[in-house]
Amino acid sequence: MSETTATLYEQLGGEAAVNAAVDIFYRKVLSDHRINRFFDNTDMDKQAAKQKSFLTMAFGGPNNYSGADMRQAHAHLVKKLGLDDSHFDAVVEDLAATLQELNVPQELINQVAAIAESTRNDVLDR
Amino acid sequence: MSLYKLSVNDRDIICESGETVLDACLRENIDIPYGCRQGACQSCMVRSLQGPPPSAAQDGLKEVLRHQHYFLACLCYPQQDMAISISPPAEFFTEATVIEKSLLNAETLQLTLQCQETMDYYAGQFVNLKRADGLTRSYSIANNRLHANKLSFHIRRLAGGRFSEWAHQELNVGDKLEVSDPQGLCYYLPTSQENNLLLIGTGSGLAPLAGIVSEALHHGHKGAIHLFHGSREMDGLYWLEEMQDLASQYPNFHYTPCISRGDAPEGVARGRANDVAMTLLPSLKGWRLYLCGHPDMVHQTKRQAFLHGAALQDIHADAFHVASATLD
Repeated sequence: MSETTATLYEQLGGEAAVNAAVDIFYRKVLSDHRINRFFDNTDMDKQAAKQKSFLTMAFGGPNNYSGADMRQAHAHLVKKLGLDDSHFDAVVEDLAATLQELNVPQELINQVAAIAESTRNDVLDR
Repeated sequence: MSLYKLSVNDRDIICESGETVLDACLRENIDIPYGCRQGACQSCMVRSLQGPPPSAAQDGLKEVLRHQHYFLACLCYPQQDMAISISPPAEFFTEATVIEKSLLNAETLQLTLQCQETMDYYAGQFVNLKRADGLTRSYSIANNRLHANKLSFHIRRLAGGRFSEWAHQELNVGDKLEVSDPQGLCYYLPTSQENNLLLIGTGSGLAPLAGIVSEALHHGHKGAIHLFHGSREMDGLYWLEEMQDLASQYPNFHYTPCISRGDAPEGVARGRANDVAMTLLPSLKGWRLYLCGHPDMVHQTKRQAFLHGAALQDIHADAFHVASATLD
């Protein structure tokens, strides 16, 4: 038996953790007056599925994240609604608050935030 | 080593051991939508045509979708041969005869059809009604499952609505119509009987909701059942007495008619149905919701309900998109 280090995703609790987090996170995002206008016209079910994919990625789990997709998915928000760094920061903040609510240790929250941070330029199309 | 046969649309392929249905389809170049490949995005949702799929492949799907044997191809390791449908099946129509026409209010017609074949539907589903020249519109079934050969509909007359105006003015008792298979996911299942139900509808959105209420009461649903029916003015409401009678018969059924304009008479709430409901019921954790009516109301209420604690999986909605408001 070889000893392997648990991935961040596993340390956080894998898919179960994503499921627990997605509800709390999505509620926070939709109640956050800084950013909820970006979700005014979205289909709630599809958006929840996207939040789940996003969290899976942010937790360092198996994902299909591609910078090009992230760029494409947000380009219209950048162009038409002025999505910028302040909004990105708000999402990262909501994500951290979600994990705090789930009693995730700060060290792991920092790792999750760092992964989310790595998508900033793609999301903001620059 | 286990190999299972998959019948996909009109092809038979083999799903190899350790391979998902999605992988097998992609390997055989079958055109199937997919995204995350891990059960999150639900892009690869397909339907089993021969009995239930492995339950692990239904992880995260709404109960009504599981009930209809939908599953996620990327999570499905077959345990037997399977027949699956990727695209929705061709629509099947049966003939029906108009047996009753009456007005519920100035703009809403109750139409009752006697179908040639017994319909297997759930209260809250809709069918497509097709007249002889092919003009087709979707209408929700207003009655419950006990009347398997009779279907009734509430048809609101829309200015310039080709089907609704025709149904109001020209369609007569004794005329024939074609009726499609029941469709839609906004319906009652007699599970989780303890859960509270919240039903919010505008206009003829009362039709499927009244069917659901009737079905739930018939099954002896134990949780509270709250129905909010809204319209702009009093003359847009109907079945007030019927619903009030029902509420006096069943202590767990609560009915609140709502109007958003003008003065509300006693027993009628003033405000939009969804806002009235959210004010009266601020915590919806564990509730099941049914929303029918104007698309904006449905969209807004979904969000309100979610923020009031309802799980997305428990929110069932049927938005009434109106063809006549567009080009048709």
